[in-house]
Amino acid sequence: MVADNAMVLNFFGLPWKAAIIDSAISNTLLLLACLLVMNTLRYYLPRGKQYINIFSICLFLTIIWLLLAKLLLRIALNHYPGYADLLHHSLSIRFSIAFLLLGCVTMISILWYNQQEQKEMNERKIDAEKLAKEAELFKLRQQLQPHFLFNSLNSINALIGSRPEEARKMVQQLSDFLRGTIKKEETQWVTLQEELQYLQLYLDIEKVRFGNRLATEIEVDENIKQLKLPALILQPIVENAIKFGLYDTTGNTVIRLFATKEGDNLVIKVLNPFDPETSSPKQGTGFGLKSVQRRLYLLFARTDLLTTHGKENIFTTIVKIPQVQ
Amino acid sequence: MSKVIIIDDEPLARSIVTEYLQKHPNLVLMQECGDGFEGLKAIQQHQPDLIFLDIQMPKITGFEMLELIEQPPSVIFTTAFDEYAIKAFEAHAVDYLLKPFDQQRFDKAIAKWAEQKTNITEKATQDLLDSASLSPSQSQRIVVKNGSKIKIIPVHDVQYLEAADDYVKIHTQEGYFLKNKTMTHFEQSLDSQQFVRSHRSYIVNVQHITRIDPYEKDNHVAILRSGAKVPVSRSGYGKLKEVLGL
Repeated sequence: MVADNAMVLNFFGLPWKAAIIDSAISNTLLLLACLLVMNTLRYYLPRGKQYINIFSICLFLTIIWLLLAKLLLRIALNHYPGYADLLHHSLSIRFSIAFLLLGCVTMISILWYNQQEQKEMNERKIDAEKLAKEAELFKLRQQLQPHFLFNSLNSINALIGSRPEEARKMVQQLSDFLRGTIKKEETQWVTLQEELQYLQLYLDIEKVRFGNRLATEIEVDENIKQLKLPALILQPIVENAIKFGLYDTTGNTVIRLFATKEGDNLVIKVLNPFDPETSSPKQGTGFGLKSVQRRLYLLFARTDLLTTHGKENIFTTIVKIPQVQ
Repeated sequence: MSKVIIIDDEPLARSIVTEYLQKHPNLVLMQECGDGFEGLKAIQQHQPDLIFLDIQMPKITGFEMLELIEQPPSVIFTTAFDEYAIKAFEAHAVDYLLKPFDQQRFDKAIAKWAEQKTNITEKATQDLLDSASLSPSQSQRIVVKNGSKIKIIPVHDVQYLEAADDYVKIHTQEGYFLKNKTMTHFEQSLDSQQFVRSHRSYIVNVQHITRIDPYEKDNHVAILRSGAKVPVSRSGYGKLKEVLGL
């Protein structure tokens, strides 16, 4: 392009040396402008009506380019006879060529980056679908919870002989619990109150199974009970707490749950004791907490909503639910 | 008269066994235990003829508890759901009761035990434990007895294993622990991508190896991070290279 440009200038009567210097300066500046446009578009792609902005940016850049080129060329080449005249006359044609070129570069960049974005979006979509399928499968398995179910049935069996009233009550709790698991959709949002009622069923059943070994403390302000959260999101967290706090320790166990509102987030903390010698809840959870993490990511595209830490013998799980709308 | 112990972490699960036992006056309930540690003590103290044992329990599982007893009594397992364990029972156990179970099923298990009582060999229990150890949860840790104390060793803390007569020495940072098992047992139950039988008498945890040096002709020696040296035979060297991807 430098050569073409120089040849044209030479054709209009400029000496070769001057022609080459001229075209080198103007083309370098133009190249810089193009790079600027390309780089901007990489991070900022126009949508719909914003295309008019792109047009104005092109126009603006071309004008800047022209002024800058004119200034530099004057300084560099004004001593050539007749150059000032030539420059003055060629300004409009220089402008149109530069505008055309910048316009083309912009168009091509937009097309290219759009395609890239599309590709990335497709990949994300495929990933998300895959995760959703896995979560679905996991949910099915979770619903059955064979260990929990059979052990609860066994407890009922024991109660029938000695305390039939309690047996009847537990049958009711177990039925309500199972109905809740089957009925709720993963996509559904429920109030904190509903979710807590559901959790209470689960905890009550575990209390019957383990007698006075399990105690729970639930602290929730009245005024946040109507806040919403995705259905069944607390269930795996409390289950994890039970698994390590109750199934894997020998003494009495207290599971604590606190819910507060911090800014626009509903924040729920679950605390359970654990034995650092025989187990680490983080390592052993496998799918339980991971599935919560994934669901939160699919819903909010954030990975910082679920955090855990173990300190001495207490393991804390914190989940934040952004209150959208 | 036979002595019986129940080991289960759920009180109601123990009470149902107690209730069913009332129909068997020849069986005397000595103690109810809520976890494996209590179970171990009770077994030592009462020397029972039969135990009812749950598998999923706090700290150590029913299988791990059995491994720590030199001459385990007859066992009837009571469990809710454990696909690996059930496979092991079908092959080797006296009987197993899937929760919930009724009096009839319970009586049948007792009858089976009474019939077999005379010819239950220790070998059968040993076989059961060996096949139960092949389940994934069992290959994550090794439970050993250190005097009167019970030690749970996560497998990643194990540096290497060394054959020593009828025992295997399990070497860790804190020294070694003895376990009454064979090298073949460990070779089969531990993850073969992490534990390699480098020598007839040695299994090494590759994650602890810092380098492998030549040693005399044809042989090598693996140097561990702790400074320990583990012999590597010619065939062991081949296996190590394969696992390490050399």
